[in-house]
Amino acid sequence: MQPTELSATDLVTALRQGDISAVDCAAAFLDRIETANGSINAFLAVDRDGALAKAADIDARRRAGRPVGPLAGLPVALKDVLCTTDMPTTCASRMLAGFRPPYDADVVARLRRADAVFLGKTNMDEFAMGGSNENSAFGPVRNPWDLSRAPGGSSGGSAACVAADMAPVAIGSDTGGSIRQPAGLCGITGLKPTYGRVSRRGLIAFASSLDQIGPMARSAADCALVMETIAGHDPGDSTSLAAAVPRYTELLDKPLAGVRIGRVPEHYAEGLDPEVAKGVEEAFAVLKAAGATVHDVRLPHAKYGIPTYYLIAPCEASSNLARYDGAHYGYRTEGYRTGGYRTGGEHDGAQGKFESPLVEMYCRSRAEGFGPEVKRRIMLGTYALSAGYYDAYYAQALRVRRLIRQDYLDAFRSVDLIGGPVSATPAFKLGEKTDDPLAMYLVDLYTVGTNLAGVGGISFPCGFTKAGLPIGFQLQAPALAEPLLLQAADRFQRLTDWHRRRPRPAGEARA
Amino acid sequence: MTAASYTTIIGLEVHVQLLTRTKLFCGCSTTFGAAPNTQVCPTCLGLPGSLPVMNRHAFELALRAALALECRIAPFTKWDRKNYFYPDLPKGYQISQFDLPFSSDGCLEVVDPKGGFAPRKVGIIRVHLEEDAGKSMHDEAAGRADSRIDLNRAGTPLCEIVTQPDLRSPQEARAWLNELKLLLVYLGVSDCNMQEGSLRVDANVNLHIPRPDGGIAKTPIVEIKNMNSFRSVERALTYEAARQWDEWQATGVEMGRMPKQTRGWDDPAGVTRAQRAKEESSDYRYFPEPDLVPVTVGAEQIATIRAAMGEPPVSLRRSLATRWNISAYDADVLVNQGRGLVDYFEDLAARLGEGKVASNWMQQDVLRILNETGGTVDSFPIRPEALADLVGRVMRGDFDTSRGREIFAEMVASGRSVADVVAGMGIATVSDDEVIALCRELLAANPKIVADVRGGKEQAAAGLIGQAKKKNPNVNPGKVRAVCLDLIRGMG
Repeated sequence: MQPTELSATDLVTALRQGDISAVDCAAAFLDRIETANGSINAFLAVDRDGALAKAADIDARRRAGRPVGPLAGLPVALKDVLCTTDMPTTCASRMLAGFRPPYDADVVARLRRADAVFLGKTNMDEFAMGGSNENSAFGPVRNPWDLSRAPGGSSGGSAACVAADMAPVAIGSDTGGSIRQPAGLCGITGLKPTYGRVSRRGLIAFASSLDQIGPMARSAADCALVMETIAGHDPGDSTSLAAAVPRYTELLDKPLAGVRIGRVPEHYAEGLDPEVAKGVEEAFAVLKAAGATVHDVRLPHAKYGIPTYYLIAPCEASSNLARYDGAHYGYRTEGYRTGGYRTGGEHDGAQGKFESPLVEMYCRSRAEGFGPEVKRRIMLGTYALSAGYYDAYYAQALRVRRLIRQDYLDAFRSVDLIGGPVSATPAFKLGEKTDDPLAMYLVDLYTVGTNLAGVGGISFPCGFTKAGLPIGFQLQAPALAEPLLLQAADRFQRLTDWHRRRPRPAGEARA
Repeated sequence: MTAASYTTIIGLEVHVQLLTRTKLFCGCSTTFGAAPNTQVCPTCLGLPGSLPVMNRHAFELALRAALALECRIAPFTKWDRKNYFYPDLPKGYQISQFDLPFSSDGCLEVVDPKGGFAPRKVGIIRVHLEEDAGKSMHDEAAGRADSRIDLNRAGTPLCEIVTQPDLRSPQEARAWLNELKLLLVYLGVSDCNMQEGSLRVDANVNLHIPRPDGGIAKTPIVEIKNMNSFRSVERALTYEAARQWDEWQATGVEMGRMPKQTRGWDDPAGVTRAQRAKEESSDYRYFPEPDLVPVTVGAEQIATIRAAMGEPPVSLRRSLATRWNISAYDADVLVNQGRGLVDYFEDLAARLGEGKVASNWMQQDVLRILNETGGTVDSFPIRPEALADLVGRVMRGDFDTSRGREIFAEMVASGRSVADVVAGMGIATVSDDEVIALCRELLAANPKIVADVRGGKEQAAAGLIGQAKKKNPNVNPGKVRAVCLDLIRGMG
């Protein structure tokens, strides 16, 4: 078997046993990227030299009998929202084109210490805002199962590169579904951990109270393996949880017998694609066969999830993205570049459009540096936080968020997990929703609740449509119940082979 | 109506930089005066992905200040973002406290020992903690419009103290600020150095003018900014009160008929000037800072901080006066010089077993030198034990006071001990036997003076003292006089 066809778990074993060298492993994935990325556009930057050098160093250490980290030689792709010292970090935005952070994100540092090999930075919706990856300033990612379709977002590049065998593991971030939804649409497994389980330090913020980093891979077992490295307390992130990190991989074998899984009737309302509904029902049947019991639970405020999310996230984003002002780093409008001073700009004279040169620089830099969706959300958030509107919008959204969190707490008194669809439809066509922002916002319908409640969720494939598109299944769990999420998903994957299906020939299909 | 017929209503907003080694949300140094942009990191530069972590020590210092200001401490407090764009604010927001400050409802009294105004208790509305912005330097020379930004100060911890509008004159405002500064320096909370920007004051002022119908007319509230000393606070308020009085007489415009105005103090010109209205129409869009967790403060922490707080100036004045039997006025002078001087005084007084004499030497001699040299008591060349040695000898009559001052001056200049200075100046202690022998000699040589004294003219003895000084410059005149009078009385 080609290294690119192996799971992360098998790769780590093969590397440890010397069945394959880290250099050969890295080269195989880099070659695969060279072949497939042109049509998929999953990577914004590929670090061939860095990856091969790191792999050679690992091989040398192994040969010399020197210690290597637990993921030694495992290739990993990083969503371009994570700060890396050795690769640009752009958030798929013109605003940060070419930006090179002076520090590694905590997850990046942990993976580096574990001797993972970074292949490159993956494409995404600009500043992680979007559900189709069409909001990237560097072109959309194409779904490896059908290149005319979107991979989902915002971690679309991370999902697509794993689906197309360009990386065994990718790191994503999930603010309202950005790991789980693209994982579902690309037929891979993605875990959004409990808020605070993985440090956000060095994750470029979209909505700080919702953002969480997680693994995306071919299986729950692979996600468990990566979680052991990336999870844990970081004193540099005040919202990071102090709880000890379980050995996720060792907890997978527990049987599902007696595990109570909730099924939310509200999930089956109008708009759910019948093929998706069928796939989800079949998944419940598999879990039942594995010994779990299924019970109806209510999430009465779930219907307010989207409006709540689309107030809180833009409010926080409007503030988080204020730092991109052209003054200190990142994109600055022509005419205000270093050493130059624009004269005769539109700030001049009584008819001036701007009150000062400074304001002109701010306005132009931000107007030119940000894409339309980012600007839309900044405006939404700015408006909702403004005097006179705060109570009606932001404060109200916080109150509803507490109700949604309470729904989950109540539901988890009677069940251990909540199951259901990840998204209402399989992968949609590129361009299908770009003219209708509201329709695009609804792709997060089933996923935002997890973030608003601060709990964990996992998404994995549970079938395919007649057209050959993956259908995703989502499980949600109480805070810090990642072991149970991974155990249930792994059990499902021991009984099914949906997660083993590959789009063939991925990336070489019709464009 | 005369100018004296209005009341000036003043409230203050004071920002003090806390004396922490590191910034409020990162580990960068807060030392003043480093080369621009050398004390910065991803967090205080607001780089993408950076996160704040609260400096516990800063929070404790702020608690100490609030407790000394008799504030109520909130058991639960949170952080908020104050959003606005400015190049010296790299994140585009300042981390501050909005609706749940960590403390509120305190007070600080100011008393004028000279009785210039009645004691004034000034209410504190709130004390909260926030991060400072960086510094913008605008260089508009030669037709250019360059601005330079130094972010060394960005993220430095600031305590904001907001008073009730309880002050009634510019003099009171200045005195109250002195009292606040004294308190904060005593507590070790801030060095309150206005030149380095570690204390900044804005003032809100308006006038209450009695109307003939018994009502009160209130002039629009003006906020004065850009005052860089307590003296300029007093001057600016004095100017502004007069300006408002003139404006009210001319226009009759009252509060509520126009938005609150901000005026900047132009110190060289001695006037306040209106600032652009645009600058105050900002909507800061405060919301809870999601990158930080709320802070809870328990009774135990409050007790620990209170226990370690030391005696604040207001009670120290009282206890110093009682402990050393000195006047309230003297205690006030000593305490107002700061903790270091009080410690020095108490050391000296304890060694002498005497407060009044120690207080006189502190005020007339030590303070005079400190004022002349601009130094602090910590670097004063005479340590308390050496000064106690000198003053003790003066008290015992080894030297008279003026001789003592000469020795003191030499000790200050040379840093030497009393014994060394005395030896160096050729001053020898004159024994009692020597004094008696000298006096006998003088009495024998001056029968007229002896007769005058015996006739009841004691002041005639002064003639003997001059002669004694000539014969032995080291002799204590007071002692000569006493011994001579004794001997004359003994002649029967």
